Amino acid sequence: MSLAAHLPAHLPALQVVLPLLAAPVAVLMRSGNAAFVLVTAVAWAAFAVALGLWQQTGAGAVVSYAIGSWPAPWGIELRVDRLSAFVLVLVSGMAAVVLPYCRQSVAREIPKEQHYLFYAMFALCLTGLLGITITGDAFNVFVFLEVSSLSTYVLIALGRDRRALVAAYQYLIMGTIGATFIVIGVGLLYLSTGTLNLADIGARLPQVAGTRPVLAALAFLTVGICLKLALFPLHQWLPNAYTYAPSAVSAFLAATATKVSVYVLLRFYFSVFGESLVFDHLPLPEIMLLLSLAAMFVASAMAVFQDDLKRVFAYSSVAQIGYITLGLSFGSESGLTATVVHLFNHGLTKAALFMLAGCLVVVAGGTHLSRLAGIGKAMPVTTFGIVLGGLSLIGVPGTAGFVSKWYLVLAALEQGQWWLVMAIVASSLLAVVYVWRFVEIACFREPRADLATARRIPLSLQIPAGLLVAATVYFGLDTSFTVGSAGAAAAQLLGMQR
Amino acid sequence: MSLASHFSYWVTIFLMVAGLFIVIARGNLIKKLVGLGIFQTSVYLLYIAPGKLIGGTAPILAEGFKVYSSPLPHVLILTAIVVGVATLALGLALVVRIRETYGSIEEDEILAADLADHAADAR
Repeated sequence: MSLAAHLPAHLPALQVVLPLLAAPVAVLMRSGNAAFVLVTAVAWAAFAVALGLWQQTGAGAVVSYAIGSWPAPWGIELRVDRLSAFVLVLVSGMAAVVLPYCRQSVAREIPKEQHYLFYAMFALCLTGLLGITITGDAFNVFVFLEVSSLSTYVLIALGRDRRALVAAYQYLIMGTIGATFIVIGVGLLYLSTGTLNLADIGARLPQVAGTRPVLAALAFLTVGICLKLALFPLHQWLPNAYTYAPSAVSAFLAATATKVSVYVLLRFYFSVFGESLVFDHLPLPEIMLLLSLAAMFVASAMAVFQDDLKRVFAYSSVAQIGYITLGLSFGSESGLTATVVHLFNHGLTKAALFMLAGCLVVVAGGTHLSRLAGIGKAMPVTTFGIVLGGLSLIGVPGTAGFVSKWYLVLAALEQGQWWLVMAIVASSLLAVVYVWRFVEIACFREPRADLATARRIPLSLQIPAGLLVAATVYFGLDTSFTVGSAGAAAAQLLGMQR
Repeated sequence: MSLASHFSYWVTIFLMVAGLFIVIARGNLIKKLVGLGIFQTSVYLLYIAPGKLIGGTAPILAEGFKVYSSPLPHVLILTAIVVGVATLALGLALVVRIRETYGSIEEDEILAADLADHAADAR
């Protein structure tokens, strides 16, 4: 048989192996340009593979791939269902859009002799994020998590500002504590069930459900994963990390890293533990609801008082994660649909915003709000893009953000929680405040004297950013891909243990 | 179910709490990393201890042996140790760079320098 005939069966392995191999090859090349071409090509290939997997899981099928032909509960399994395929498309798609942007962005922010190392780290980060999403093995989740985390720390530390180093160090400490909590949780599950395969643990867990080690495992996993996904109040590492990282890194991480952690949480809650254990034995939904509301309000309020645009977006990310976990806390199909849709829509929006912030850096020399005074006159198109992204953060109809909030409101109404609808609307008003603050400074103030208006923004920065802004509007109007996939994923998650 | 039979778990819990305490309570960046190392080491113990069966042999088929210790936790922890070493190396590398640019590895001094940077941003 020809290679092409074999290819569809091996897509799950290719998804991880391609970027994994690209990393050492990029290091060996020792050339920034060659590494850029290689990693970009691999990211596009990974995107194509993810789309292929998404196609294969179309009718609710689950693709299982036995690594080294060792059958599932004993060997390591790669497992793709509707939810993981959706997240794979998001992660690899974001890498494919961000990488062309990296070229100019990295040239401006990172010393030339480190370029090939940057691309190698980017490839490793992509490997880790895709690996977490695709693996069906609990310990592999930890290993891939560390692959992505360690490369993320390096990527953040490459930022031009010296504060990037401290941000990376703090993230390393908190991220490692989170990852170690996850290993403890996985260890307790392994001791209770004698298996590491996620589906197998899920099948065996009902026999030991409610025993103390299992509940402890649930608690450890929840705290560990929530550290990684920056659920309020475990978000302390995020604002500095996103603010001082190179622009392209902020855009990629904001779109993918926390979203993949949300995926892990969903996977453990609904495929492994099962909703009855999560929602009946421990008051997790109540805690999750409370923390989500706190994130929505406190982080949004914090965003209002920041005086650096990237930091405003970083705090807004913490707030938006609140919306994502709010949908999860309902434990209903419509709530999960809202969670998964928002995971995708917010990823798009935030990547677009951080990319546009990177364009501002080129002209204004920084993203401190005092530097951005009057930037709307110098860069009308970029400012318009940020306003469109901001509208999506608020949730104005016609943008992607509206779609996810609409489903969130529907899910709240389904539970009869009228006050939650009020809370969602009220916290969106806070988003109006911080977006308006940017508009006011950018459009109604006199520009600074040292604004480099003569400096052109390269097309390779504008096109990817513009593409994502367009996608934010497109997915606000045509929801067949996002809501369709999310709905199917939610149904599959809840159906698994029925 | 005596205290002594759970000896390894007591050690695990002690190391876990002590490691986390050092990470939180110390302001020296290197001491924090040491605490982190201790915290991670406690997890190695959590995994490996239950893998050993008293009277069990290495998992090799041989005449007269019926009880084997599980090799799997050792394999897992080998991976975790590699991850731990990598984390520690990266953390120390970051501390070296922080020392170069800030001239200090004390958290309070670095945060004070950061505040000065924030103030300089606004200008």
